[in-house]
Amino acid sequence: MSMKVIVDLQACQGYACCMMEAPAVFDLDESAGKAILLQETPTDDLRAQVDSAARVCPARAITVENG
Amino acid sequence: MRRVVVVGASLAAVHAIEGLRDHGYAGEIVLIGAEPHLPYDRPPLSKEALHQGPEVDKVHLRAPEWYADAGVELRLGRRATALDPARRIVVLDDGTPEEYDGMVLATGSTPKTLSTLGDVGPVNILRTVDDAVALHGQLIPGRHLVVLGAGFIGLEVAATASEMGLDVSVVELAPVPLTRVLGDEVGQWFRTHQEAHGVQLHCGSVLDGIDPGAGGSKIRLHNGTVLSADLVVAGVGVTPATGWLEGSGVRLADGVVCDKSLRTSVPGVVAAGDVTRWYNALFDEEMRVEQWTNAVEQGRHAAASLLGADEAYTPVPYFWSDQFNAKMRFVGRANAAEQVHVERMDDTSMVALFGRDGVLRGALCVNAARRLAQYSRAIRDQVPWGDVVEP
Ligand SMILES: Cc1cc2nc3c(=O)[nH]c(=O)nc-3n(C[C@H](O)[C@H](O)[C@H](O)COP(=O)(O)OP(=O)(O)OC[C@H]3O[C@@H](n4cnc5c(N)ncnc54)[C@H](O)[C@@H]3O)c2cc1C
Ligand code: SF4
Repeated sequence: MSMKVIVDLQACQGYACCMMEAPAVFDLDESAGKAILLQETPTDDLRAQVDSAARVCPARAITVENG
Repeated sequence: MRRVVVVGASLAAVHAIEGLRDHGYAGEIVLIGAEPHLPYDRPPLSKEALHQGPEVDKVHLRAPEWYADAGVELRLGRRATALDPARRIVVLDDGTPEEYDGMVLATGSTPKTLSTLGDVGPVNILRTVDDAVALHGQLIPGRHLVVLGAGFIGLEVAATASEMGLDVSVVELAPVPLTRVLGDEVGQWFRTHQEAHGVQLHCGSVLDGIDPGAGGSKIRLHNGTVLSADLVVAGVGVTPATGWLEGSGVRLADGVVCDKSLRTSVPGVVAAGDVTRWYNALFDEEMRVEQWTNAVEQGRHAAASLLGADEAYTPVPYFWSDQFNAKMRFVGRANAAEQVHVERMDDTSMVALFGRDGVLRGALCVNAARRLAQYSRAIRDQVPWGDVVEP
């Protein structure tokens, strides 16, 4: 099973929690104060990290779709 | 385990329930909450929701149908009043006994009040969405608001009200706001930031009394200053909501005392969120964390422990606060820091590091969040202070 990560940049408030949980998947554009999605379809070994990033995003801006 | 009862229907509870289901628990779940609402998010209540007008369905943590889908029986508007661990029963305020095999205590915090000052007239507090609705209705441009207490919630309310066009004063006992947690230099930055946006801070001020009156209240400070207020908000801290557990056998000491895996002193009962005091081995410290991210992670961890896991809960805490255009993000702990090093500070941004016992323990970033990930890792790895702070 593969996953697809979606970040709602409208909702994103630049908390950087995603980046702390899954640095290989999320970065932050400091001047815009928004997350940068480094990989849209991370490999399965990153699933736990991506799931916790979605959980701890205070803006609930991250959705993980299972494909 | 066939029946888990979760007491307190908020952030830690939702994540405990999600954790129970994700970890394969298929039995009954009963959720008891004193407020009449489905679990909702509190941080917006001092920030954007307070500005725009709070509506509970806009801050719901989960959609209403989520609870049925997750097989949760709701008992909302019901307060737990007693716990009988010998019979494994929790009693509700209408007298109903609820049996449990497993229990999650997630009753959070209650705001402190100014009861020691006698009759102070109408003073707002801000903890619930109903508090926020009541407060929003009074935030009318041109009015004078006095905030008692320059903690994070007090300063956020001050900023939001000021943005809405109120004239705002803040009264604080300490000589510098936030100094107890963040030290003088960082606290002073927040003071300057608030003042630059027109908020008046009265620091080092002892509150002598409040005289309520028809046209507003008079706030009397010990140094003789009298402030007139159309409305008053007290943000003088919170206490863990454990009153109903007195005498139950659950060990209490400024919170529910838990072991490293969040188990209480009573078998089959775990705790999560603001109410929980536990030993965090990473910091070699017993702590209670009144912050959003902790409630999420602790809820999930407590669920695993209730189902038999034995893993220690050792997070690097994370916290944020928004005041005007300052987006503050904090990782780790700042309390009892032996060293504070301000790495960068200007009008709009700041990076400050906190050290103790020779290692990095905390890092604060204002409008510089990208650095957090690196510091959070350094705190987890207990990187020596000298390696992070360039001389
Ligand atoms: C205005 C405001 C702004 C905030 N801003 C931030 C922020 O910017 N960043 C941050 O990190 N944190 C912030 N916080 C803190 C964060 O919201 C809390 O840490 C979090 O809500 C804790 O969740 P909890 O589930 O432990 O408890 P709570 O959210 O306190 O919920 C506990 C629930 O249990 C119920 N309850 C209590 N006793 C009983 C009983 N006997 N029976 C049944 N139910 C009971 C209560 O009514 C309540 O609904 C803020 C809090 C507030 C109030
Ligand atoms: S945690 Fe959420 S709000 Fe924060 S940067 Fe990541 S996506 Fe944006």
